[in-house]
Amino acid sequence: MKALVAVKRVVDYNVKVRVKADKTGVELANVKMAINPFCEIAVEEAVRLKEKGIVTEIVVVSVGPKEAQEQIRTAMALGADRGILVETGAEVQPLAVAKLLKAICDQEQPQLVIVGKQAIDDDNNQTGQMLAALAGYGQGTFASVVKVEGGKAIVTREIDGGFQTVELNLPAVVTTDLRLNEPRYAALPNIMKAKKKPLDVKTPADFGVDVTPRVKTLKVEPPAERSAGIKVKTVEELVAKLKNEAKVI
Amino acid sequence: MAVLVYAEHDNSSIKGATLNTVAAAQAIGGEIHVLVAGAGCQAAAAAAAQIAGVSKVLVADNTAYTNQLAENVSLLVADLGKAYSHILAPATTNGKNFAPRVAALLDVAQISEITKVISADTFERPIYAGNAIATVQALDAIKVLTVRATGFDAVAATGGSAAIEAVGTATDAGTSKFVAEELAKSDRPELTAAKIVVSGGRGMGNGDNFKILYSLADKLGAAVGASRAAVDAGFVPNDMQVGQTGKIVAPQLYVAVGISGAIQHLAGMKDSKVIVAINKDEEAPIFQVADYGIVGDLFDLVPQLEKLV
Repeated sequence: MKALVAVKRVVDYNVKVRVKADKTGVELANVKMAINPFCEIAVEEAVRLKEKGIVTEIVVVSVGPKEAQEQIRTAMALGADRGILVETGAEVQPLAVAKLLKAICDQEQPQLVIVGKQAIDDDNNQTGQMLAALAGYGQGTFASVVKVEGGKAIVTREIDGGFQTVELNLPAVVTTDLRLNEPRYAALPNIMKAKKKPLDVKTPADFGVDVTPRVKTLKVEPPAERSAGIKVKTVEELVAKLKNEAKVI
Repeated sequence: MAVLVYAEHDNSSIKGATLNTVAAAQAIGGEIHVLVAGAGCQAAAAAAAQIAGVSKVLVADNTAYTNQLAENVSLLVADLGKAYSHILAPATTNGKNFAPRVAALLDVAQISEITKVISADTFERPIYAGNAIATVQALDAIKVLTVRATGFDAVAATGGSAAIEAVGTATDAGTSKFVAEELAKSDRPELTAAKIVVSGGRGMGNGDNFKILYSLADKLGAAVGASRAAVDAGFVPNDMQVGQTGKIVAPQLYVAVGISGAIQHLAGMKDSKVIVAINKDEEAPIFQVADYGIVGDLFDLVPQLEKLV
């Protein structure tokens, strides 16, 4: 079966972001960019399913600027077979990304779509669920175990109280949580090979999708700073402070 | 203008996050209706009718909603939601699971994890793991929002007397099936609702050592949390994780034990009123947000603390 994986280009998770002085967003100039960690887990899961002989082809899609080709190549170096970049310099919000992915699903007919549960820039946690709704698919969000058996996907999900397991008809959408797997490092020969894998570049217009934002960002500000407090020497002192100063115990 | 609030419940009672979500609905303004979708959920509906400020409770009591499968619940909420200006759900794993489906079915955007209502169409929400706060305006006619509980003070669970109305024909999308659930059982308070949280990190060394935190927590009436490092290392289960992608907590007192303080962890707890850090590394970033820090061996300090509180 064919698997479709979507990846997003985001600020590297090690970067401490800074809000721009004009409050229009965060500083992205000269900042290290990378594949969103949850998307990397999605690629890894698809590759593992391919290694098990369940998945036969992995198509990786990204929606974003020209530079997102780098993240598609990264996914290919990990084992994806070919790529599609829906190129746009504009801000693309989750509903628009979901519509583009739906259009690509219509063309590619994957049996399994694996995406990250959220991108670490906007922290939206929406795209996979929206795609599943638009396509009429079942969904296994926040997945920590994915099995494909007897034409079904059996997904164990991380939920507030523990774990839940659901059985999904295929095609289905899976969104990855942190503990689904630990992504491999791309080996140098695979990085070289990835450069030769096919990558189609499209535009939102090719799919007839209107990506006009539905949510307008009015301003972006730094959070209220917490100032460092004091260090105490003894547990007695700590308990006294908590009782008499902070009055929380 | 009326606001529809999706209730988080276990069929017999209403979960706390629902009360914070009703508070967000009050900040938006207009009549507030609460939807209780479940199976055998009449007791939960009766409890919802008591919530202060709620004028109507809609009950969809059907086996299609037994396990809150997003495929089924979203069809119901999207159908009912057409009559509302706002649809709100708590930003729990359940709310996050079905709400984006509702938005997509209605062809509108969702705004995730709002922490403040500026006006009926403008909200604040954290981005980049809370390292920036965005003020965003929803341009669609129907606003679908998930609400971060820590951003809003819960309304009173009692004092209201809303009318209860049965709604909804059963909708089974037929695309997914519930198989099993493994829920952690604990006599301690729920992490997201506890007034005091004691959390352990990689510094705990192993799962067995968490016993000293459980013991301290029981003395304080606290919940026990963990950093991602401790969960990834297999010390404790995932439902204890506090952080950007785990639970967001804002207790009166947060005690971070053996937690270095990665930004992803801070994102989940830095709105706590008072933060205490216990760590042997005096350079650990957790001390930059802690009100009270103590440098030393947690295996000495935690039992001492337990004795003195």
